[in-house]
Amino acid sequence: MSGRCRLGLFSNRAGVFRTFVVARAELHAPKQEIALKALAVNLLVQAATDDGGFHAPSIDEFFPGALFFEGTPFEINRIMLVRFIAVAALLIVFYLGTRRMKVVPGRFQSIIEMGLGLVRNNIAFDLLGEKDGKRFLPILTTIFFMVLFMNITGIIPLLNIAGTSVIGVPLVLAVVAYVAFIYAGIRNNAGAFFKNALFPPGVPKFLYIIVTPIEFVSAFVLRPVTLTLRLLMNMVVGHLLLVLFFSATQFFLFTAGGWYTLFGVGTLAFGFVFTLFEILVAVLQAYVFTLLTAVYIQLAVAEEH
Amino acid sequence: MLHASLVAAAAEGETHNPVIPELYDIVWSAVCFAVILIAFWRVFLPRLQKMLDERSAAIEGNIAKADEAQRQAEAALEQYTAQLAEARQEAAAIREGAREDGKKIIAEAREQAVVEAQRVTVGAQAQIEAERQAAVVTLRRDVGTLALDLAGNVIGETLADDAKASALVDRFLADLEASEKASPSARNN
Repeated sequence: MSGRCRLGLFSNRAGVFRTFVVARAELHAPKQEIALKALAVNLLVQAATDDGGFHAPSIDEFFPGALFFEGTPFEINRIMLVRFIAVAALLIVFYLGTRRMKVVPGRFQSIIEMGLGLVRNNIAFDLLGEKDGKRFLPILTTIFFMVLFMNITGIIPLLNIAGTSVIGVPLVLAVVAYVAFIYAGIRNNAGAFFKNALFPPGVPKFLYIIVTPIEFVSAFVLRPVTLTLRLLMNMVVGHLLLVLFFSATQFFLFTAGGWYTLFGVGTLAFGFVFTLFEILVAVLQAYVFTLLTAVYIQLAVAEEH
Repeated sequence: MLHASLVAAAAEGETHNPVIPELYDIVWSAVCFAVILIAFWRVFLPRLQKMLDERSAAIEGNIAKADEAQRQAEAALEQYTAQLAEARQEAAAIREGAREDGKKIIAEAREQAVVEAQRVTVGAQAQIEAERQAAVVTLRRDVGTLALDLAGNVIGETLADDAKASALVDRFLADLEASEKASPSARNN
């Protein structure tokens, strides 16, 4: 069980991206080569040698200036506003969608039912069974749609940043999942829960010296960490990629000009493709987060592994 | 690369570390979560559940209705079949009765015919007998006279003596009858 491995799996897009940038840089003129190398090196850190024409994306993208209540625990910046908009959209969609539910559904109600049914049937009931599934359905539904709506803001024009790309939401939801599965385990059968989690059956007794610490770290430390970082890093990297593609397009088209316009067309196309890809990632990450939460709860309430 | 950049970012001090949460970030995330959780838990999911219950009730109601309809159809079919069987039985009974009647009528007709035939036969026999008697009487009278005349002519004398004549005739007739009786088949010829 290695968290590094899992993290590597989900953050290797950055590697792909670097290869792409380097390959591009080797093919082009010196001026752009310098610019792109600077970009590659300073991807996450503010470019020290920003040459005016090119605005490299940096980690400060995720920490915009405060708009209200600066310095208090209730500080509101642009990303918090994006989250509020996502929450408002979610509430409006589901308020309208469930206001007058008919036995024979219309089009809009069908879509709402499909979304709720995905969490209800494909995640909660399939993994936890009808009884436990119903108990944890509110939490699982909340996690799924909160993540989905806050992810999707990353590709909505004018919002353009995922509400989950700052650690607060992934962390809070991971803590919720953590509390939920430990609560489920203790409530169901505390002894069996800790025994199954720390002393997996079928392992020779003396191996528990090695297995138990690994299992402890895996179950009680790495689960919330990987939940948080998987979602956070997917959204961070996705946003940086989009910023990179579109700022490069801007640079090629309006600053460099000439033949570089062609590269601008290329980066624009990549930006478009990655925008579509971000939709997939948004849904997939919401699904993965919810599914893993359900799996952890299921492992906690299972009598035997 | 990400890790290296994060370290670099931390080393610079000025830039933010994306994995260290700000307090306001946690606060607002928790508020968002709480709002959405309450909305789903208290409003949206109960509404969905209510609708799903209604839907399953409606489906079960329809199934019950269909069962009822089927039961009625089966009852109607049974009744129809029973009526059909009854009608067949009745038809068979009527046919049987007709056959009986026919037989009876034929038998009656035959009996009547037999009776009629007998009656006709008896009448005919009676008539034949009467005619025969008449013929016998006539014959007896004529034969006597004829024979006497013939005999008178043969022997050349008139058998005026009635006593003698009638004795002769009677003897002749007796002989005739005797010979008739001796050979009954002769009469049939």
